Amino acid sequence: MTDSLKNTALFAIVAGLIVMTGFTESWNTALFIVNMGLISAIMAIGVNLQWGFAGLFNVGVMGFVALGGLATVLVSMDPVPEAWSAGGLQVIGGLILGALIIVAAGVAVSRLPKGRMRSLAAAAILIGGFFLYRAVFDPAVAAIEAVDPAATGYLGGLGLPVLLAWPVGGLMAAGAAWLIGKTALGLRSDYLAIATLGIAEIIIYILKNEDWLTRGVKNVNGLPRPVPYEIDLQNSAQFVERASGWGVDPVTASTIYVKLGYSVLFTVVLALVLILAQLALKSPWGRMMRAIRDNEVAAEAMGKNVTARHLQVFILGSAICGIAGAMMTTLDGQLTPSSYQPLRFTFLVWVMVIVGGSGNNFGAVLGGFLIWFLWVQVEPYGLALMNLITAGMPEGSALKTHLIDSAAHMRLLTMGVVLLLVLRFSPRGLIPEK
Amino acid sequence: MDFLNAIVALLNFVVVPATVYGSQLALGALGVTLIYGILRFSNFAHGDTMAFGAMVTILVTWAMQAAGMSFGVLPTALLALPFGILGAIALVLLTDRVVYRFYRAQKAKPVILVIVSMGVMFIYNGLIRFIIGPNDQRFADGARFIISHRDFKEMTGLREGLAIKTTQGITVIVAVLCVLALFYFLNRTKTGKSMRAYSDNEDLALLSGINPERVVMVTWIIVAALATIAGTLYGLDKSYKPFVFLQLLLPVFAAAIVGGLGNPLGAIAGGFVIAFSEVLVTYAWKKVANYVLPEALAPDGLAQLLSTDYKFAVSFVILLIVLLFRPTGLFAGKSV
Repeated sequence: MTDSLKNTALFAIVAGLIVMTGFTESWNTALFIVNMGLISAIMAIGVNLQWGFAGLFNVGVMGFVALGGLATVLVSMDPVPEAWSAGGLQVIGGLILGALIIVAAGVAVSRLPKGRMRSLAAAAILIGGFFLYRAVFDPAVAAIEAVDPAATGYLGGLGLPVLLAWPVGGLMAAGAAWLIGKTALGLRSDYLAIATLGIAEIIIYILKNEDWLTRGVKNVNGLPRPVPYEIDLQNSAQFVERASGWGVDPVTASTIYVKLGYSVLFTVVLALVLILAQLALKSPWGRMMRAIRDNEVAAEAMGKNVTARHLQVFILGSAICGIAGAMMTTLDGQLTPSSYQPLRFTFLVWVMVIVGGSGNNFGAVLGGFLIWFLWVQVEPYGLALMNLITAGMPEGSALKTHLIDSAAHMRLLTMGVVLLLVLRFSPRGLIPEK
Repeated sequence: MDFLNAIVALLNFVVVPATVYGSQLALGALGVTLIYGILRFSNFAHGDTMAFGAMVTILVTWAMQAAGMSFGVLPTALLALPFGILGAIALVLLTDRVVYRFYRAQKAKPVILVIVSMGVMFIYNGLIRFIIGPNDQRFADGARFIISHRDFKEMTGLREGLAIKTTQGITVIVAVLCVLALFYFLNRTKTGKSMRAYSDNEDLALLSGINPERVVMVTWIIVAALATIAGTLYGLDKSYKPFVFLQLLLPVFAAAIVGGLGNPLGAIAGGFVIAFSEVLVTYAWKKVANYVLPEALAPDGLAQLLSTDYKFAVSFVILLIVLLFRPTGLFAGKSV
C-alpha cells in the first residue's frame, strides 16, 4: 500500500466517523465536530510549525488562542462611548506610560556604567514608575468599570467587521510571541516550556481580571457574526419555503445552514494556512529549519542564525494559533475567559500534533480532526460503556451511580492513553514526516 | 505599641501564610528537582501525582472518620497519610514500569520524556476526576487553631491578633521533618549516596556497580511520598480541588528552577523565595503602614502592589528574572 493511499484512507476513516455521527446522532453534532475540527487542525498546524519543523517546545498555546479571542472582542464589539469618555484615554495613556517606564529602565541599564549605581537607578525607575503608573491607571479603570457594570463596564471594541478580527488575532499573538521569544528562546528547552506555560496562565489571568478590557468573568456576549442569525432565517419566507422543499423543518434547516456557513469560512482559512505551511516545508527555509532542529551546532557552523530562525518560527506558529483562537471565539459568539484551561487548549493540541505525526502538516490536520472527534464522542461512548458495565448491578447502588456520573471524565483518560500508545508504538505519528 | 501591632499584623498576614505556603511549595519542588536530577526530565505529571496522593489520603480519612477513628486534636488525615503515600508509590511505580522504563532503555531525549509525562498527566487527571470528581472536598477535622485571633489579643492586650491554624503548624513541622529525613537519607545512607552519585555522573556511577533501576525506583518512592505529603498538606490548609494542583505546577516548577534544577537545597530555598514574594506583593499594606507611618503619610488606598489574582504571575516574573541573570538558579543546579 503506498503512502498516499494510506493517508487518503486515514482521512476517509475520520470523515466516515464524522458522517456516521451525523446519521446516528444528529447533523448538528456532526457539523459542530467539523467546525471545531477545522479550528483544531489550524491550531495543530501552528504547533506543528514550532515543534515539527523547529523542535520548539511551546506549552503556551492556550495563551495565544486566548489572545485571538481577545482580538475578536476588541475588533468587532461596538465601542462604549460613556466608558471612553469616563477614562478611555487615561487608560491608554497609563499603558503607554507603563511601557515608557520599562523602556526607561532598559535604557538606564544599557547606558549607565556597570555597578551598584546602575542596579539602584534601574530599581528606582521601576519602583517609582510603578506607583506613577498605578496612580494614572487605577482611577481610569475604576471609572470605566463603573459605567453600567451589568451591561458594559468596559471599553468595548472598534465595531469593525468580525472577519477582520482573525488576522488581528494572529497579529496580537505574534506580538506576544515576539516578546516571549526574545526573552525565553535563548534558554534550554525545558525552560522554554515552563516560560510559555507561565505566559499562557498570565494572559488568562489578565483576561479574567482586567474588566475594563474584557469584562472579566462577566464574559462578553453577543459578538457579531459573519453568518446570518438562525432566527432571521426562520423569519425569512424564502428560506422557510426552500427548507420545506428539502423536506426539513425550518428550525433544523436554519441551524445547519448557519453551521455550514462557518464551515465554509473555516475551510478557506485552513486551506490557506495548509498551503502556506506546505510551501514553507518544501522551501529552502523549511529545509533549513529541519536542519537546525536535527543538529543546532552543525547548522550554526554552516552560518545559520539559530536564535533568529527560532524566533521567526515561534512567532509564525503562535500567530496561527492566534488566528485559530479568534475563529473559535467567533464561532462561540462570546468570550468566556474562565473557559480557557491548559488541558483543553494546550495539551490537547499537543496530543493532536503527536498523534497526527509531528513534522507533517497533513498529519497535524488529521490529528486535529481525529482527536477532536474523540474528545467530543468519548463522553457519549463512555456513558454507553458505563451503562453496559453497570447493567448487572442493582438499581440505585452507590457504585452504579458513581460510575455513570463519572463517565464524563473518561475523555482525559482516553486522551492520555491515546497519546501514550502512539508515542510507544508509533512515535512518528499516523502520517510520519517524509 | 503601634510598632508591636505592626509586627503582629505582618506576622499574621504575611510571615505565617508565606512560611506555610513556602513549605508546601518546597516539598513539591523537591519532588520535581529529584526527578530532574535522577531521571533527567521535567515531570509535568507532578502536580497530578500530588493530587492523586492527596486523594487516596482523603478517601482513607473518610473511611476512618466513618469508622469513628480520630486523632484527637490533630486532623485524622495525618493517620491516613501513610496509606496515601503507599497509594501514590504504587501508582508511580506502575507508571514507571509500564511507561517510563521503555524510554529509559531507549535513552530517549529528555523532551520526549516530557511529552510522555504530559500523557501521564492526562491519565492521572482523568483517574482523579473519575474517582473523586472535580469538586471541592473538605476533610480537615480536629482542633482548628493553635492560637486563635481572640486568645492572642486577650493574652497580649494588643489590638492586632495573631492566628495560627492547626493545619499551618502541622504543615511547617511535617515539612521540616521531611526535609531533615531526606537530607539524612541523601547524605548519610548508602542508597542516598548512590543516588547522588548517579545524578552527578551516570556513567561513573554505573561503572562503580550502582544498579540504575534500583536508584530510579528509590527516587520514585521518595518523590511519591513527598508529593503526597505536599498535596495533603496543601489540601488540609486550603481545600482539596483536583484542578488547583495543575495550577500549582507553575509555582512548583518556578521554585525548583529558581533554586537550581537538580539541587534539593535550592528547591527548598526556591519554594520560600516564591512564596514570600507572592504574599508580599499581593498583601494590602495599609494596615501595617497605618501603624508604622505618621498619620500624614498613611496611604489612602489598600497599598496593595498587585491584586491577589495575579499571585501566580509573581512566581513567573521571579522565574524569568532568575533565568535571565542566573540561568542555573540561585544554587548551582544542572544545566543540561
